[in-house]
Amino acid sequence: MVKANTANQALLSGNEALAYGAYEAGLSVACAYPGTPSTEVLETLAQFPEVDAQWSVNEKVAFEVALGAAISGARSLFACKHVGLNVAMDPLMTASYTGILAGFVVVVADDPGMHSSQNEQDTRWVALYSKLPMLEPASPAEAKEFVQEAFKISERYDTPVLLRMTTRVSHTKENVVLKERQVPPRPAFERNIPKYVMVPGNAYQRHILVEKRLQQLQTLSEKSRFNRIEKGSGKIGFITSGVAYQYVKESFPDASYLKLGMTYPFCDDKIKAFAKTVKKVVVVEELDPFIEDHVKALGVKVAAKDRSFRIGELAPELIPALVAGEAKQEIKAVKRKPRLCPECPHWATFAALKKLDLYVAGDIGCYTLACLPPMSALHSCICMGAGVTLSEGWHKGAPGKKIVGVLGDSTFVHSGITGLVNAAYNKAKGVILILDNSTTAMTGGQQHPATGLTIRNEPTKKLILEDLCRACGVDHVDVVDPKNLEEFRTILEKRVNENALSVIISRHPCKLLRR
Amino acid sequence: MNNRVYSITFGGIGGQGILKASEICSWAALFAGYHVKKSEVHGMSQRGGSVESHVRFGQRVYSPLVPVGGADVLLCFHPEELPRLQAFLKKEGADLSGYVEKATQAMADNPRGLNTCMVGVLSTRLPIQEEHWMKAIETVFKGKGVEENKKVFLDGRRLGQS
Repeated sequence: MVKANTANQALLSGNEALAYGAYEAGLSVACAYPGTPSTEVLETLAQFPEVDAQWSVNEKVAFEVALGAAISGARSLFACKHVGLNVAMDPLMTASYTGILAGFVVVVADDPGMHSSQNEQDTRWVALYSKLPMLEPASPAEAKEFVQEAFKISERYDTPVLLRMTTRVSHTKENVVLKERQVPPRPAFERNIPKYVMVPGNAYQRHILVEKRLQQLQTLSEKSRFNRIEKGSGKIGFITSGVAYQYVKESFPDASYLKLGMTYPFCDDKIKAFAKTVKKVVVVEELDPFIEDHVKALGVKVAAKDRSFRIGELAPELIPALVAGEAKQEIKAVKRKPRLCPECPHWATFAALKKLDLYVAGDIGCYTLACLPPMSALHSCICMGAGVTLSEGWHKGAPGKKIVGVLGDSTFVHSGITGLVNAAYNKAKGVILILDNSTTAMTGGQQHPATGLTIRNEPTKKLILEDLCRACGVDHVDVVDPKNLEEFRTILEKRVNENALSVIISRHPCKLLRR
Repeated sequence: MNNRVYSITFGGIGGQGILKASEICSWAALFAGYHVKKSEVHGMSQRGGSVESHVRFGQRVYSPLVPVGGADVLLCFHPEELPRLQAFLKKEGADLSGYVEKATQAMADNPRGLNTCMVGVLSTRLPIQEEHWMKAIETVFKGKGVEENKKVFLDGRRLGQS
C-alpha cells in the first residue's frame, strides 16, 4: 500500500484547483460570466473572503474590470469559456499592447466535443493572434501550479497570460496539495499615458515592445520546465499537450515525449533537438493542427493525425488509430438527450409559440432545448444576444412571416440590451420574448443583475427588466406568467399581430433555483 | 510497486446520485494513499441527460477517462444506459448492474440512499479498506446524513459480499 500524507490533500477539479492556486498566489480581483466548462473557477474564488469576486454582465465587461484592477496594482483573473472569449476579444487584443502592472491571468476553457457549447473553436490560435503567452495544464494539479507561474510571467514580462483549459482538465478531479496564501506587495498605481493610452502613436511604440516581448517569451519557453522532455525508447517521439498527453502516455508508456505546457510561444530549439533524438515524430493534439503546423514549418518531419480527428474530443481508445494515421471511427452509441425539466416554465412558453406557428429566433440557454422534437419550436441558436438581433434581420429578409425573438433573462442582460436599443432606434417592429426564470439556469443557477443578488448571494441593486425595456424605446412591455396559459397566449397573439415593437417578459422562476 | 490502475465507470441519468457515488469512491481512494482521477461531464445532467463519471486510481494515473474495454467495474444505475456503458467493461471486469435491483429493494424505505448502497457493493471489489470509505463518507456528506449513509454503505457492503 502506498503511504502518503493525505492531511493537506484535497480532491479538486481543474477549475477548483486553478482557483485555489490563484488564491494562494495572492489573487485579489476575479471576474467572469458563467459558461460551461469554466463556471466553477469563479464559484470557487467567491468562497474566499479575501478575493473581490464578481459575476459580470458579460465577458467583455468582466475582462475590462479585471484588466483595470491589474493595471492599477491588484493581481487579477478573468475566466470564460471559449465562446466567451470571443465577446472579450476587443479588450484582449489591445491589452496585449498595454500590458499590466500587477499579474493578470486570462483563463479560457475550451469544450472539445461540445458537451455544452455551440462550436468547438480552438483557443490556442488566440495566443498566436494576440501575441500573448499561453500555458496549457494537462491536469488539475498542473492547473494549480501553472496559474501561479502565470502570475509571475505576467509581471516579469508585462503581459496578460492566457491559461487554456479544456473540459477534461476543468472537470477532472485529482489529488491536489493545498498551501498557505501569500500576497505579494502591491505596486503603486501611476498615470502612464504612453503605456495605457492606445492612440496610434503610442500603440505603434507598444507594438514594437510586444514583438520584443514575444522574443523574450520564446527564450523563456525554451528553458521552461513546463516544456518537458521525457526520454523513452527513442523509436517514437510524441509532441503533445493538455489532456491529449495523458491519453497518449496511457497507450505508449515507453515512448519519448515532448510535453508542451507552455504552448505559445513555441520552444523551437527544443522541438528540433527533441526530433533528432527519435526515429519518428508524432504530434498528438485535440482539435486543430496548432502544434502540427508549427512543427512542420520548422522543417521537422512529423506524422500527423488524419483530418477526421480535428472534429470532436479525443479519448484514450482513439489513440492507437490516431497514431497509425487512420481515420476516426465514429462510435454510434446513443446517449440520452437532455430535455427541459418536467415543470419548467419554458414548456408553457414554447407550447404557445408552437400553437401560433411562429418563426422563433432563439438564443443560448436551457430554452434552446425547445428545438428538440416533438416541440421543435426554436429555429436558431448562434450566440448570446442573437435572439433579439437575428429576429430583426429575419423581419427584413422574410417580410410577412410571423417572427419572434426569444432569449433568457441572463442572456438579455449579457448582450440582448444593445440589440433592443438597435431595434427601437431603427424603427424595427416585432416581438421579443424574455424568458425570465430569474437565474442563469443552464450553467447551474448563477445570479445576475436582474436577480438582485451578487455572486455571494448578497442583496444588491436589482435591474428591473420591464423598466429597462421601456427605456430602450419599446412600444409595449407586458409581464406575464406563462403558466397562465390563456392569458399568455392572448397577449402573445395580440402582440404578434400588431405593427409595433414589443417585449413580453415571460416570468416564472426556474424550479432548480437554490433557495 | 507495480502501477496497477483500477478503473470504475459510473453511469445513469441526472438525479440518480451518480456524481456523489463517484465522489465517495474517489475520496476513499485518496485516503487510501492512491493517486486519483475522476472525470465527469456537467452541463446538461440536471435536464435528464446521460450522466457518466469515471474514477481511476493507482500509484500514477494518466488518462482521466476509462478507455473503452478498460473498466474493472461498471456501476450503471439506469437500464437504458447499460448497453452503451457495457462497452467500457474489461472482458474479466465486474458488472454490478445486477445489484441495482437488489439494492433498490433493500432501500425501499430510503430510495435516496441507493447510490451510497451501491458504493457499498462496489467497495467489496476494490482494494480500499473500510476505514477509508468511512472517512470518504464523512468528507462528502459534511455532517449532513453521515451516520445514515454509513449505515446504508455497510448494508450495501454486506450485499456485495453475499
